[in-house]
Amino acid sequence: MINYKNNELLRFTTAGSVDDGKSTLIGRMLYDSKSIFEDQLEAVKKSSEYKGLDYVDLSLLTDGLKAEREQSITMDVAYRYFSTPKRKFMIADTPGQIQYTRNMVTGASTANLAVILVDARHGIVEQTCRHSLIASLLKISHIVLCINKMDLVGYSKDVYEKIVEDYKKFATKLEVRDIQFIPISALMGDNVVDRSGNMDWYEGSTLLYLLENVHIASDNNHIDCRFPVQFVIRPQSDLNHDYRGYAGRVASGVFMPGDEVSVLPSGFTSKIKSIDTFEGPVSEAFAPMSVTLRLEDEIDISRGDMIVRVHNQPESGQDIDVIICWLSNHSMNPSAKYLLMHTTKEVKAIIKEINYKFDINTLHRIEDDKEIKMNDIARIKLRTTQPLFYDSYKKNRNTGSLILIDEATKVTVAAGMII
Amino acid sequence: MENYNLSYLRELEAESIFIIREVAAQFEKPALLFSGGKDSILLAHLSRKAFHPAKIPFPLIHIDTGHNFPETLTYRDDLIKALGVKLIVGSVQDSIDQGKVKEEKGFDASRNMLQTVTLLDTLEEYKIDAAMGGARRDEEKARAKERFFSHRDEFGQWDPKNQRPELWNIFNGKKNPGEHFRVFPISNWTEMDVWNYIHMEKIDMPVIYFTHKRLCIRRNGTLLAHSDYLNIRESEKPEMLQVRFRTIGDMTCTGAVMSEANSLEDIIKEVSISRQTERGTRADDKRSESAMEDRKKEGYF
Repeated sequence: MINYKNNELLRFTTAGSVDDGKSTLIGRMLYDSKSIFEDQLEAVKKSSEYKGLDYVDLSLLTDGLKAEREQSITMDVAYRYFSTPKRKFMIADTPGQIQYTRNMVTGASTANLAVILVDARHGIVEQTCRHSLIASLLKISHIVLCINKMDLVGYSKDVYEKIVEDYKKFATKLEVRDIQFIPISALMGDNVVDRSGNMDWYEGSTLLYLLENVHIASDNNHIDCRFPVQFVIRPQSDLNHDYRGYAGRVASGVFMPGDEVSVLPSGFTSKIKSIDTFEGPVSEAFAPMSVTLRLEDEIDISRGDMIVRVHNQPESGQDIDVIICWLSNHSMNPSAKYLLMHTTKEVKAIIKEINYKFDINTLHRIEDDKEIKMNDIARIKLRTTQPLFYDSYKKNRNTGSLILIDEATKVTVAAGMII
Repeated sequence: MENYNLSYLRELEAESIFIIREVAAQFEKPALLFSGGKDSILLAHLSRKAFHPAKIPFPLIHIDTGHNFPETLTYRDDLIKALGVKLIVGSVQDSIDQGKVKEEKGFDASRNMLQTVTLLDTLEEYKIDAAMGGARRDEEKARAKERFFSHRDEFGQWDPKNQRPELWNIFNGKKNPGEHFRVFPISNWTEMDVWNYIHMEKIDMPVIYFTHKRLCIRRNGTLLAHSDYLNIRESEKPEMLQVRFRTIGDMTCTGAVMSEANSLEDIIKEVSISRQTERGTRADDKRSESAMEDRKKEGYF
């Protein structure tokens, strides 16, 4: 039995352009790590045969919906899971088409790491740059560039080194701590789970080994204490008549009983009386734990308020500078009001200013076109009806992110990262 | 510095509790769909944790096909008592009696398809605006792209092209009149995670998950429980076998597996070496390759 009690979870996203072999790579990881069941494999074998293929097309393992199978493309973020004795893995598998920047943003928003695929025959292409810039924008700490289809370039060291060099030149634009390179063949299985016998010149690790060992413990912010109140628990039973607990998930930092805290927006201060869970009180709470805080003093607190440390407070204000990715096929209406969700708080917002759009392939500013359409990335200024309590996205993913919602259709139209 | 790391099961738990609390906070009349299977048992357990020491602030809904394993009903009633929550039962038999649906005929007849109508009627009758279910993304291909907050139109239907992107931990539960949501708090769990967690938390499970002797019928590679609800061909000879169930649903389409697993440890060992998905034992999924997706569009889950 695996020692699941100590295993960590790694969330990663995969990106690549069409035909870079992404589905095959994922299929390969699932297959080689023995996460594929016989009935699934049987179905894929049958489909491969039916299509007249002389090999088992592992990419069929991840082809989801009927509409997609008909069009042979992946249209939406799909989530896959596998585990090894060392870690559990959650893959946000994002489609590679140009028009789906929004899906890459969605997949990247919860990932610690991005696996970006490059076809060894084509080298760094426009989409490689776009995927890398999005990963950087979404503050993914680790990028693994997999140079795939090495079998088709004779497992050539020169081809590999040229691509690595090209990427390193480009990567000076990125704000990513950790970039690694691996030559692979997803189809043949080289350097995915098992070491390749075809590339003795490569001394680095396999993809799976890297995924199992990459250091992710410090990806969470354990410094700035932020606790957005989600739900107020008041049992009002005989046993717990005066119980008043503030349930929520620690966004960042470490909370302990006795800590002096401020409650925003009221600004009242108190001390943490206890940190409760179903199992009983705990001595500390850190991200991403879901707990219930009780305070020494009776203060009026409700959903959307934030509990923070007295001497380490977030920014507060109604004018918010933000980089957005537009997700809706209806363009932004600059004169409309939008609903805004930020941590557990909901306010209304207007677009005060559109500063510029980004060319997502180069990060160059586009100043003369201010129509924000689906998949556009832009810097804008929002004005909210009430103050938000926030940190910059760079410092804090949880208190630095927001979404915009169309008031009429109630659809999520934009993802925002506070500057 | 200390190691501020959660094990993955605790991280999954924290995520699911967060989602359950979001549902209670964002919706007026949420409910938990309870089938008696391990996933909905897990949901009930996580809901209890989410609001402790208060009671779960929403009812449980059971869609009763009338073809239940008796063990499921016993378990359900004990759980309701322990949680002190309200139970709403939607009866497929009532839907049949009211002429809303027609009982299937023939040997493969099952009430599984009929459930959808009863479910949608029950949600409408009680004006439920968010129904939480125990579906997981690893169960079946059609579910891999499912959202945590799955939007349904006024007909209860799911439009794969009209699902809202979900970013970070921000969940948009806004809706227009008549629309509602299905919410899947354990989307990111796998079958193995569920069993490991049940073991870690020592959660009581219905007895039919463990090995027992049962009269079974072999049909299309599936072992079906012999019961009055099942139409049996003359050529089909009931056999007494040592089995257990990997999923629990309607008696007429939930397949058993041959197993000696007598404890949670045994089950975990068995699941970890099993080469069949749990839905591989479900006769209802075998009808066609996209059976699950089609039922989903209609509002089955």
